[in-house]
Amino acid sequence: MAEPGAGPSPSPWQRAWRRAGVRRAAILLGLAALWQGYALHLNDRLLFPTFSATLAALWAGVASGEILARAWFSIHVLLLGYAAGIALAALLVLLALGSQLGADLLQTLTAMLNPLPAIALLPLALIWFGLGNASLIFVLVDSVLWSVALNTHAGFLAVSRTVRKVGRNYGLSGPRYVFRILVPAALPSILTGLRIGWAFAWRTMIASELVFGVSSGSGGLGWYIYENKSELNISAVFAGLFTVILIGLVVEHGVFETVERRTVRRWGMQH
Amino acid sequence: MGRGVSEAEATSGPPLLEVSHLTLRHLGEERSITAVEDVSFRVNRADRCILLGPSGCGKTTLLDAVGGFIVPAAGEIMFRGRPVAGPGPDRIMIFQEFDQLLPWKTVRQNVLFPLFASRRCERREAERRATHYIEMVGLSRFAEAYPHTLSGGMKQRVALARGMAMEPDMLLMDEPFAALDALTRSRMQDELLRLWENVRFTMLFVTHAIDEAIRLGNRIILLSPHPGRLRAELAGDGRDDPDAGGTRPSERIHAMLFAGDVGQEEASADG
Repeated sequence: MAEPGAGPSPSPWQRAWRRAGVRRAAILLGLAALWQGYALHLNDRLLFPTFSATLAALWAGVASGEILARAWFSIHVLLLGYAAGIALAALLVLLALGSQLGADLLQTLTAMLNPLPAIALLPLALIWFGLGNASLIFVLVDSVLWSVALNTHAGFLAVSRTVRKVGRNYGLSGPRYVFRILVPAALPSILTGLRIGWAFAWRTMIASELVFGVSSGSGGLGWYIYENKSELNISAVFAGLFTVILIGLVVEHGVFETVERRTVRRWGMQH
Repeated sequence: MGRGVSEAEATSGPPLLEVSHLTLRHLGEERSITAVEDVSFRVNRADRCILLGPSGCGKTTLLDAVGGFIVPAAGEIMFRGRPVAGPGPDRIMIFQEFDQLLPWKTVRQNVLFPLFASRRCERREAERRATHYIEMVGLSRFAEAYPHTLSGGMKQRVALARGMAMEPDMLLMDEPFAALDALTRSRMQDELLRLWENVRFTMLFVTHAIDEAIRLGNRIILLSPHPGRLRAELAGDGRDDPDAGGTRPSERIHAMLFAGDVGQEEASADG
């Protein structure tokens, strides 16, 4: 290990420190060390497992396939609800584009239901649809629908008069006009809506599973957390939380950012 | 039905565009505003016809009506012997705004888009035209660039190439150079004349700049404001030389536009 040499050129350490990724990794390592130290000091394996025990539980869960299966269960149901929510949002926006009454309908419904956390509908959904995926999908649709519809509609309305005229000048009308002019021109807003919708849906999904608790026969990550809490298997609870965070990060930053980089940012429509 | 030059509308036939006793109104919230009143003029093939007037003379409204975006309140617009029923790819508009290019398409794709969207020609012919007209405006090196990477002048040249590639019966140009700096504007005017020498398209060009009108037009139609009325029509040869009496066309136009009520004098056709 050579000490950084004094001189005008930055040392490898300084150069590495300039990278955001390196600094963030250092923060994570620091937090992990704090966690490990405190847990060792507390020495209460039941309530506050060490960081290494949590990692071991995460590894065991992944190796046995249980966490992956639970994660897949959550994602699977989530995607169903997400897709249904987007389809409904598309329908609402088409209505809103078609008539003033449709636009009023969309605005009224959004204003009413957007502030309501989707999870608050779960008790109703359980009564209407019983314990099972139908209830989950119902609340997921509600969590996705309003932000996607609102942003998409706002995006369409914000398409410039010039671009609209260009499209009509070329003889485009109806669905061809919508899909070849309006949708790409409104893509930044549409992606924002999809992104917010996904974030809402993911949080709603985990929360719903926690409310379901043990009464559900099978379940996803939320239930995995709940189940392990009931068995006081706290390191597995942490492992479940980690998985929730990881999946959220991968989708919100991996998937959506990649899509944005390849589309709206490449086209200079968003910076 | 037939596209391109056909039927009895060769040079000696009826005018390409005949506007007679046209009145246009904007429907406001409370009352309608008359933008253009009782205006008549004709445009023949290969004309470089300029609509010149101060703001408020309804020249852009008039262009919109020829483009089919506005329905006349009175009078009629005959294009190729038929009343204008709506926007169509036989009259391509070129706008002042730089956002008339579709940001999600490259230069080449922007030029190709209307050719495909209007089903004007099949792929190979479209590709040929795109290459040809992009080269004509000197942007071959930027064919694969996205619009946001181009300067304002380059964007307007792409819009010009896109319009010309359609080989429309008429180019409707709404102050296309007004948002450019003086130097670029001057270059673009030369370029437009050079392109016209090559292609001999017909253009109806709206501007509020007297020098631009004199430089570009072989016919200049003067409009007075509030509401827009036809003031006079002049012929142009691209020069601003003094006539026998020592008056320059620009001075005469200036006098007619701003010297209060000179009356509906019909200026003699001469440069």
